[in-house]
Amino acid sequence: MPAEITIGFLPLVDACLPILAHEHGFAEAEGLSLRLVRDMSWATVLDRLLYGHSDAAHMVAPLAIAATLGRGRPAQPLAVPFVLGLNGNAVTMRPDLARRLTAPGQLADPVKAGAALRLVAQERIAAGDRLRFGVVHRHSSHNYMLRYWLAASGIRPDQDVEITTVAPPFCADALDAGEVDAICVGEPWNSVAVERGAGEIVMVTAQIWRRGVEKVLAMKERLVDERRSDVEAMVRALIRAALHFVDPANWDANAAILARPEYLDGSAELIRRAISDQLMLAKGGAIVPFPDFMFQYREAANFPWVSQAEWLYTQMVRWEQGAIVPDEARKAARVFRPDVYRSALVGSAEPLPGASSKVEGSLAGTTVVGTQQGRMTLESNRFFDGGVFDPADLAGYLATLP
Amino acid sequence: MRIAIVDESASRAAVIGEGLVALDDCELFVVTERTALVARIAEIDPDIVLMDLGNPSRDVLEEYFAVSRALARPIAMFVDESDDEAIAASIDAGVSSYVVDGLAPHRIRPILDLAVRRFNAFARLQADLAEAKGQLAEREAIDRAKRILMDSRGLTEPQAYAELRKTAMNQGRRIAEIAEAVVTAHELMGGA
Repeated sequence: MPAEITIGFLPLVDACLPILAHEHGFAEAEGLSLRLVRDMSWATVLDRLLYGHSDAAHMVAPLAIAATLGRGRPAQPLAVPFVLGLNGNAVTMRPDLARRLTAPGQLADPVKAGAALRLVAQERIAAGDRLRFGVVHRHSSHNYMLRYWLAASGIRPDQDVEITTVAPPFCADALDAGEVDAICVGEPWNSVAVERGAGEIVMVTAQIWRRGVEKVLAMKERLVDERRSDVEAMVRALIRAALHFVDPANWDANAAILARPEYLDGSAELIRRAISDQLMLAKGGAIVPFPDFMFQYREAANFPWVSQAEWLYTQMVRWEQGAIVPDEARKAARVFRPDVYRSALVGSAEPLPGASSKVEGSLAGTTVVGTQQGRMTLESNRFFDGGVFDPADLAGYLATLP
Repeated sequence: MRIAIVDESASRAAVIGEGLVALDDCELFVVTERTALVARIAEIDPDIVLMDLGNPSRDVLEEYFAVSRALARPIAMFVDESDDEAIAASIDAGVSSYVVDGLAPHRIRPILDLAVRRFNAFARLQADLAEAKGQLAEREAIDRAKRILMDSRGLTEPQAYAELRKTAMNQGRRIAEIAEAVVTAHELMGGA
């Protein structure tokens, strides 16, 4: 009898790996039977995980840390044995606002666009109608990345502009109705807004942080211990799905699978664009390629770097206007579990980094890094403003941020 | 006590409301529209908000409860740690509840229990309806299959039915499945 694992997910392109692990039999080959449960809000995905309706969940990375630290729910330690992907989100703006930031058919330069946006924000403050941004969840990478860009551009989130939560399926409506001026959301929802003419893609989050952690596979920490061998089998199945996902030969078939009613229930054409790093910025416009828009496999993208969890914790503290609490920092760091990832893949062909933490944002070019097994070359992992995060000093890093 | 029921399904909201209306001292507000949801909740200023788990606006509402100064009183996902069972029952039923901080548990529990029961009752109604629809479809398939056998093999109606029944028994399948297979085969062979 295969071991059953129930996985909760939201209908987003980056729910791809568990879906493909199931559809292509990678889970079965590892002796697992996956049951996928689709929900419509992160709150429900989280509740099902906490109350045992699901064993694991596709989750915005900061939410796993928030749940562990007891933000919004009583604290329950979660564990992340696998990162489902990096980036893949975009900032989509109402067409009139987009025009102030960039020429048609071009992604904006984050530095120049930030400066231009600062002027617009000031005009809007003077007019008594602050700019409004929609993000998908307060504990989301979308929120943190957007705020990182705004703050580094001299725009104070919550003071100069408003940031509210908008459910992904309603992002296009919210832009259309003028409830928000811009959204930061994952695919296919930027492209849906573009197709409807409600917005234009101005920037992708990979421009803000070239290698920003996005969705993770989250589980209750206790369950990772209790079902350790099943969890390791799942890591192996997900790695095989990742390898399949990034192969251009599979893009048509995988887009068709993800588009099905039980998964994303959306357009295979829009999904294929996202998974092939192709973006249509404005309705009827040319397709613009942006390499590594989604980043699902290379450079051990799925390895849960402890430093990523720590960066997310610094941003949580930053926007709560709190201070680093050492005990919380330890718990947040412990959410990402490179030890599980390593033991799942030791002896396989997958490269395993030698370290569990790295200085984020420090690489401008291609760098060979030390490994425990295999060869690994990392490309640029820059933040757009050249910021560098050294996990050895969280409070020091926080002090350098605007 | 002011209770807001947020549910995009108007029929389910009605079933929940019907149950709660019997409670003393409770004023009910049903919100089925998703537009201007937050403004509507601010206006209602509820003590308790009940929302179905499938509602895409849950994150929006939680964000509002977490940061908004518009509601004078803080409101949070109802999680009484001493009572995991009650929460599990509510998640099983598909309803989430948000309660004004400081409201006495003995006032909240009867309302949540009732909401859970009404959600379950609605789910049963839906299941019954789906089953009834399924049975109707099965009967139609059996009637069509009988007609096909009568026309193509010159059987009487009881003979056609007996034929379906015998095949079902031999193959260990349900009559409706055999009937559907006959209808599908007939359509593939160019029958109407």
